[in-house]
Amino acid sequence: MSPAAAAQFPGAGIEARFRLAWPGFALEAALQLPGRGVSALFGHSGSGKTTLLRCLAGLERATDGYLAVRGEVWQDDARGVFVPTHRRPLGYVFQEASLFPHLSVRRNLEFGLKRVAAAERRVSLDHAIALLGIEPLLGRMPERLSGGERQRVAIARALATSPRLLLMDEPLAALDAQRKAEILPYLERLHGELEIPVVYVSHAPEEVARLADHVVLLRDGRVLASGAIDEVMPRLDLPFAHDEEAFVVVDARVAGRDERFALTRLEFGGLPLWITGLDAPLGAQVRARVLARDVSLALAERHESSILNVLPARVVSLDDASPGRTLVRLDVGDHALLARITTRSAVQMGIAPGMDLFAQVKGVALLR
Amino acid sequence: MMSAADLAAIRLTLELAAVTTAILLVIGTPVAWWLARTRSAFRGAVGAVVALPLVLPPTVIGFYLLLLMGPHGPVGQFTQALGLGLLPFSFAGLVVGSVFYSLPFVVQPLQQAFEAIGERPLEVAATLRAGALDTFFSVVLPLARPGFVTAAVLGFAHTVGEFGVVLMIGGNIPEKTRVVSVQIYDHVEALEYAQAHWLSAGMVVFSFLVLFLLHSRKRGGVR
Repeated sequence: MSPAAAAQFPGAGIEARFRLAWPGFALEAALQLPGRGVSALFGHSGSGKTTLLRCLAGLERATDGYLAVRGEVWQDDARGVFVPTHRRPLGYVFQEASLFPHLSVRRNLEFGLKRVAAAERRVSLDHAIALLGIEPLLGRMPERLSGGERQRVAIARALATSPRLLLMDEPLAALDAQRKAEILPYLERLHGELEIPVVYVSHAPEEVARLADHVVLLRDGRVLASGAIDEVMPRLDLPFAHDEEAFVVVDARVAGRDERFALTRLEFGGLPLWITGLDAPLGAQVRARVLARDVSLALAERHESSILNVLPARVVSLDDASPGRTLVRLDVGDHALLARITTRSAVQMGIAPGMDLFAQVKGVALLR
Repeated sequence: MMSAADLAAIRLTLELAAVTTAILLVIGTPVAWWLARTRSAFRGAVGAVVALPLVLPPTVIGFYLLLLMGPHGPVGQFTQALGLGLLPFSFAGLVVGSVFYSLPFVVQPLQQAFEAIGERPLEVAATLRAGALDTFFSVVLPLARPGFVTAAVLGFAHTVGEFGVVLMIGGNIPEKTRVVSVQIYDHVEALEYAQAHWLSAGMVVFSFLVLFLLHSRKRGGVR
């Protein structure tokens, strides 16, 4: 382990190095993940994110690999160590429904549970059932469940083994938008209620924005970037920032509300951010998303504007990767924001690194 | 009506088919599992050997088994050294012959059932802490159950219908190796057509019922 990695997540994190070559594809990944929260493996299909996840599970045998999870070594080919999948205390949720068709929902849930020693059970079956809201389904056979219900049972089944690591391979990819919306709140509850680190494979930015604390960006079997979500998303050297839907997330506290105009005031890094609606309870920790295209820049704080949120900002860097458009990375308080403006405006305003100006935020979406 | 000899032949046939099917399920399961899962270079060769009885004349199988199990064959010398005597012209010899003769009828349905299960349920079981043997009994066996039913029924029925191999290695010894098909042959040889009819019609009805049940189950029960 490199000293830097050891310092990053001392003793409690996940350290992985895998090398694997197939005809037409090679995985060569080294990464450190935090020992808690959700880490998203993000990339296009073929980027190696599922293969990497399968290596973590031991379902794929990397020829040259090292894996330690919270201080326990699961694989170290240099020393001939390879713990087979069924001896690893992990949970795995596959992309498509993977319930055993010959067992009822209840017996599917018990399948893993009864193979875990009583002393190692930390998540009770009842807790897993309640967390995923599947109590009414227990007596049914898998063929009588909808896609979303199946996936909730599969997640509960994995949780019931009290895993020390939960691996999820695009668990929502096979579902339509409505089913996705049905499951996402359950995933968020997992995040909030259980101390189990989750590695979540996704190619959908909106899922990453809602769930992830840490993001690993993969391309062609290599790790392009790995870091906290609010550090990785605003990086101008990565493809996130150049996406049409580029965004940053802001973790903030609900600090106040304006009942008359139905507005809620969030606070991040000492700055206010107003959002419409009164849904979030006072004092709650929330996550908001700000799209790069919803942020414009002004040289003066213009009070006559209809825009609610005007924040003092400092330009960090610029990038005009696509014709006519310029991406500006800003420091706003202790957070990074992205603004996408036309290159003509950037030139006319003379925007340059180090410049102080104002960011006008046209839209803020509450994610959770 | 049927004679005592006819009834003895029927009983012997059913015994032979039952013992053969039981043995085939035990040895056919690992062979089928291996064929369904292996990436070994020997897969093709083993698969071909298993399928040989489908195309070879039963007399060929019988002939070579006779040589192998006879006093000068390696198997014969081995059984003699063990004090078991010789297998040809005994019930045990018939069982050995039938196991070879019906092997593909058991192995192939099992292999197809195992292949149809695919990799995923095995991986799911592994992530739920089940080892290989545990997975085989708790996941593979229940999911492959229709394949086992097909294999057992076909193995049994095919053994009941065997003639050439029996004649080659079993001869025609009443109550020891004289099965229904041989008994029919004897009746016809002796021009006892009425007796031959009883047994032959019985075979037709039995075979029809077996295949009818198998096919109607397949249509309705596939899940």
